[in-house]
Amino acid sequence: MTKTIVKVEDLSKQYGGQDVLKGISLTVNEGETVVIIGPSGTGKSTLLRCINLLTKADRGRIWLDDQEITTPDVDEDEVRSHIGMVFQDFLLFNHLTALGNVMVGLTKVLGMPRDEAESKAMEELARVGLGDNAEQYPGQLSGGQKQRVAIARALAMDPRVILFDEPTSALDPELIGEVLEVMGKLAHEGMTMLVVTHEMGFAREVADRIVFIEKGVVVEDGPPNDLFCRPRVERTREFLWKLTELYGKHEEEQADSD
Amino acid sequence: MSEWIVFFWSILPDLYKGALITVQLTLVGLGMGIVIGLPAALARVYGGKWVRRLAVGYIELFRGTPVLVQLFVVYFGFPDLGLTLSRLSAAYLALGLNSGSYQAEYFRGAIQAIGGGQMMAARAIGMSRLKAIRYIILPQALRLVIPPWSNEPIALMKASAVVFLIAVPDLMTKAKIIAAHTYNPIGTYMAVAVVYLILVFLLTAILHLVERHLRIPGLELEAQRK
Repeated sequence: MTKTIVKVEDLSKQYGGQDVLKGISLTVNEGETVVIIGPSGTGKSTLLRCINLLTKADRGRIWLDDQEITTPDVDEDEVRSHIGMVFQDFLLFNHLTALGNVMVGLTKVLGMPRDEAESKAMEELARVGLGDNAEQYPGQLSGGQKQRVAIARALAMDPRVILFDEPTSALDPELIGEVLEVMGKLAHEGMTMLVVTHEMGFAREVADRIVFIEKGVVVEDGPPNDLFCRPRVERTREFLWKLTELYGKHEEEQADSD
Repeated sequence: MSEWIVFFWSILPDLYKGALITVQLTLVGLGMGIVIGLPAALARVYGGKWVRRLAVGYIELFRGTPVLVQLFVVYFGFPDLGLTLSRLSAAYLALGLNSGSYQAEYFRGAIQAIGGGQMMAARAIGMSRLKAIRYIILPQALRLVIPPWSNEPIALMKASAVVFLIAVPDLMTKAKIIAAHTYNPIGTYMAVAVVYLILVFLLTAILHLVERHLRIPGLELEAQRK
């Protein structure tokens, strides 16, 4: 039987009188890559932030492994150290080198000795293909490199799951590929990932399941082939068509130029 | 002109003693200002409702009243409350409290400029708020604050001249004494102005060195790149 890593049950969240999430339920199993798609403003980012407790949900429960993390007595900092997060705008620590960014969680959160943390951080940087950029500061890196450092920073903590919040949306088109490539590699290595993205190519090739969220509710949840080829809900087909039309274009262009 | 240079040379030893006190007042006032101002800024940004109000109250009180009034209250008023301070201690306290209120606002500006994103990223890898402030927010904010904060040592050094009114033997007090003894007020005050100017130049040079030394590669201001 597969092990459930993240389980979300009936999650609701209001912002300024607006229902952003209206009873979302979702599970992510060990080693699975689940892609969340949906129009902007439908609470996808909010859902991720609720899962790692950066935002408090109004209602509903969340489990990480078999521990409920939405009880009042839970140590939120400890929970977050087991959940990696990659942000749309990278949010690297600007005063630290690439290596420093990946190390800081190890030394300051886990209390790992410096030399041990350094070799672990170097490993993670090599894993995202940035072994030669360890001494560079974020301001000296390209957007794609920054996002790969951010992924290494999340990886270093040996998280149970990594949440990706539109990791390629702030990137120039020619830099998207290197980030998606790293993410694809992680998926193959068996990392558990929950990814909010508009990259349909990635969703189709890498995702084990796609969850379509609109207006704060799960519209459809299933394997990519089912959603792309025989969606149960008309709205899913419509949305996927639109996205593929929009984003598929530059993927084709990229393929041509390769 | 050469006459004045001779005069300047003759009073320099006395001015030097005064200048030492002025530098001392500036450094201690500045140090106290950091010790008070930084927590006040953190309280104002991250504190709960009452902590925040307390910080705002302190900042507005000490920015909103003349430093001279603060000095008089500390030196002449505190003895009534049972706290008698020496001239120098009263000067330190008044300047420190005053400077802290200004520094708090410089620090607050820098902390807020670093933004909530850095805090969120730090929390996301499992840091507590305190750790995030210490290892992520402050290292950046304290660098960012240097250019605007550079006003403060200079302003404080010049403002410290008010202590002559409670007869602390600083540069200004020395100047008054010398002016009375030599019957040459214009020559004396010009000499004092020159000494203040030199001190401020030195201070500025040091601050520039610190700023350059702490610069983060790749994060220079756009204008400096060209």
